[in-house]
Formats: sequence, C-alpha cells, structure tokens
Amino acid sequence: MYPTSSFLESDTLTMRSNTLSARAWFASDRWSRWLAAGVVLAALSGCQDMYDQHRYEPFESSTFFDDGASSRPLVAGTVPRTDPRNLPDVDDRNLLLTGLKDGQPSRSAPFPVDQTVLERGQGRYRIYCAPCHGELGDGKGIIVQRGFTTPPSYHEDRLREAPLGHFFQVITDGHGVMYSFASRVAPQDRWAIASYIRALQLSQNAKVSDLPPEDQDKIQEASK
Amino acid sequence: MPQVFHPSANTLSRVVLFSLVVGPAALLGLVYLLVRSPYQTQVRVIREQPVQFSHEHHVNGLGIDCRFCHTSVETASAAGMPATHTCMTCHSQIWADSPLLEPVRASLKNQEPLAWSRVHDLPDFVYFHHGIHVQKGVGCVECHGRMDKMPLAWREKPLTMEWCLDCHRNPEPRLRPKDDVFAMDWEPPADSGLALGGELLQKSHMEVGQLTNCSICHR
Repeated sequence: MYPTSSFLESDTLTMRSNTLSARAWFASDRWSRWLAAGVVLAALSGCQDMYDQHRYEPFESSTFFDDGASSRPLVAGTVPRTDPRNLPDVDDRNLLLTGLKDGQPSRSAPFPVDQTVLERGQGRYRIYCAPCHGELGDGKGIIVQRGFTTPPSYHEDRLREAPLGHFFQVITDGHGVMYSFASRVAPQDRWAIASYIRALQLSQNAKVSDLPPEDQDKIQEASK
Repeated sequence: MPQVFHPSANTLSRVVLFSLVVGPAALLGLVYLLVRSPYQTQVRVIREQPVQFSHEHHVNGLGIDCRFCHTSVETASAAGMPATHTCMTCHSQIWADSPLLEPVRASLKNQEPLAWSRVHDLPDFVYFHHGIHVQKGVGCVECHGRMDKMPLAWREKPLTMEWCLDCHRNPEPRLRPKDDVFAMDWEPPADSGLALGGELLQKSHMEVGQLTNCSICHR
C-alpha cells in the first residue's frame, strides 16, 4: 500500500467520526438556536458594514478627535495645490484675493464685469446680503427689522464714493457687527456682489435721461 | 365501523388548507407593510436635535435662501451644514440671550461643532451628488418636501431605491427652470403640461436611458 492511500484512509475515518458527532449534535435541539443566532449575526454585521462603511462622510462625527468632528481644520499656512473654489484665471491674483491694488482698495474688479457677472452678483446678493442690507441696499432687510443693528445704506455719499475693493474687503473680513462671509462666498462672487452693489447705487440715483429711449417713453406714458 | 374523524375535522382541514395558502402571503404582506412604514423609512418622523431649529421660521418667516446656510449645495455632493459661525452671523445680536440657543453659543465658545442628527442619511453604497441635481433643475422640494412648512425637520420621502428610480426613469415631471430650483412654492405653469419638463430635459443634455445605469448611483 502506498503511504498516500493509507493517509487518505485515516482521513476518511476521521471524517466519519466527525459526521457521527455532528449527527448527534444535530439531533439535539441546540443546533437550531445556534443556527438562528449565527444567521442573525451574519445578516446584521453584513448590513451594518455595507450601510455604514469604514470611512467618514462629509460632516460625519468622529470619536477619534477631541472636538468630535471628522473634518479637520486646515493646518495654519496651508497652501492649496488645487483650488476647489474654481477661481477665474486673472492677471492680478493678489487683487482677486485681497481687493487691494498697490496697497489700496481697488477701484475696479480683477476681471471684466459684464451682464453675466452682474446677474451672478444679483443672485448672490439676494442670498447672502439682502437679509440685512435689503433688496434695495437701503439697510432695511428683514433681519434688521427683527432687531439687528442697522447697516449703512449703500446710497449715502460715503459708500457711493467708496472704491469697489472696499465692498470686497467688507465681505471678506466683515465690518463692525457684520461677520466675515469669506467661507461662504468665493472671491469671484464677492467681486460680482460688489459690482452689483454699484448697479444698485446707480439704480437708486438714476435720472430719467440715463434710461434707454424706450424705457423713457414707458415712464412718460405711465406718468400721464 | 366507527368514524375515524370527528365532523369538526372538516372545518379544521379547510382552515389548515386556507392558512397554508394565505398564511405565507399574509406574512409577506406584513413584512412589505413594515418595510414601507415610517418605522423603517422614517418618513415624517421628527428627529431629536441639539437645537430646536425651525426651517419654517427661517425660510417662510424670514425668507432666507436655502444657500445662506447650505452653501455647497450647488457645487458639491454634500449640501453643507452651516458652521456655528453662520448661525452667529445673526444670533450674535438676535435672540442672543435665548436659552434655546445656549448649545449654539457653547459651540462657538468651546470651538466644538454642533452634532446635528442626520435626517437624510443614504446608505454608504449609494453615491449621491446635490450639485448635479440642482444644476439639472431638480427642485429642493422634490426630495425634501416643503421645508418652509416644517417647524422641526423630518424626512418627507422614503429615500428607497425604488423612489430614486421613479424619477431617474422619468425625470420630466420633476424638472423646473434653474431659477426656480430653490423656490418652495413653484408650480409648473398650468397650461404647459409635460411640455416644459420635456424642454428642460432637452436643454440639460440628460440621457434618460443612462440615468438607470447601476454606476450612476453605485460607484
């Protein structure tokens, strides 16, 4: 007899005795309980792992860090390799990010302001600014009506003469009781808002002769 | 020869036969009802939160836009939860002494974020991106319901796969012009029927057939 086959034979014997003890075990009623517990455990652990995988979702809490948040603040001095804010490609990047030109608040935006920019500015203004500054920019927004400190109207001379970069800076850094909006409004949107504030200022100080002829006609008809 | 079975065995056998057929069906039905019940889907179940924040007050009462707080909803997968800094933009002055807002002030003081309890939590094997839905013209209301009528937030829709697919198979009736995505009370123009949806669908370059590919949501 070859050594291998005897090896097999002994193996078969062990298997048989295993089967017998297994039969005895199955004959007792314990097995059903074990099976049920096993199935439930497997099902539960499987589901849980798939539903809550071992990774953090945005804003998920964490027991690992002291403040309980999985999202970490940036280390001071971090420079982004790619910018998630989709900054536009401009000549003067410093102006885009600080509002300063030659150390002074800039009188113009870092990119050409057209209808699209103004419309973007209008949209962003209505979301982030109008609650306090009002849709007209007169500083009588709903939050002010509910008791917040009244901001100055954009239509007073001081602000009508303020450079565009001033508005950019106020949005970026906050001013008085106004908090910074830098984390909520991207730099290009701050310029769009500042430009729209200019448009608001124009609209509240416009003369009839500033309007295109067809609008002048409409006003004349309405006033008849 | 005496009868083997008592006459009541007739009834018994009928009951047994009947329940053999109806029993499993009833059980399945019960499980089906349970899976669809708010117990499982959490629909209209208000969640405990660290602060009793009212969307009704902020959205309907004050007219604050969704994006004032959920700043990344147009561009990112997550809509964005406001930092405590955002709450304090107004509440540094308004309701500044209110005991209801104590957790907010404590959060600012201790530099510890508020731990809101998620109302809409998809399983981790589902990929979802807010930005693409907003860009293609799916209004907030389609999934979140009238947030402006919720004093405390609840989940309006079941967020089941079937529910997602309802729209992915047939997006037209749920599309709206981009300017109206954040409007809570937008209704399609009464006479437009499905024409508006069809038009928006074309403009958005959506391939409806592809919206049900597995990898659209499971990646």
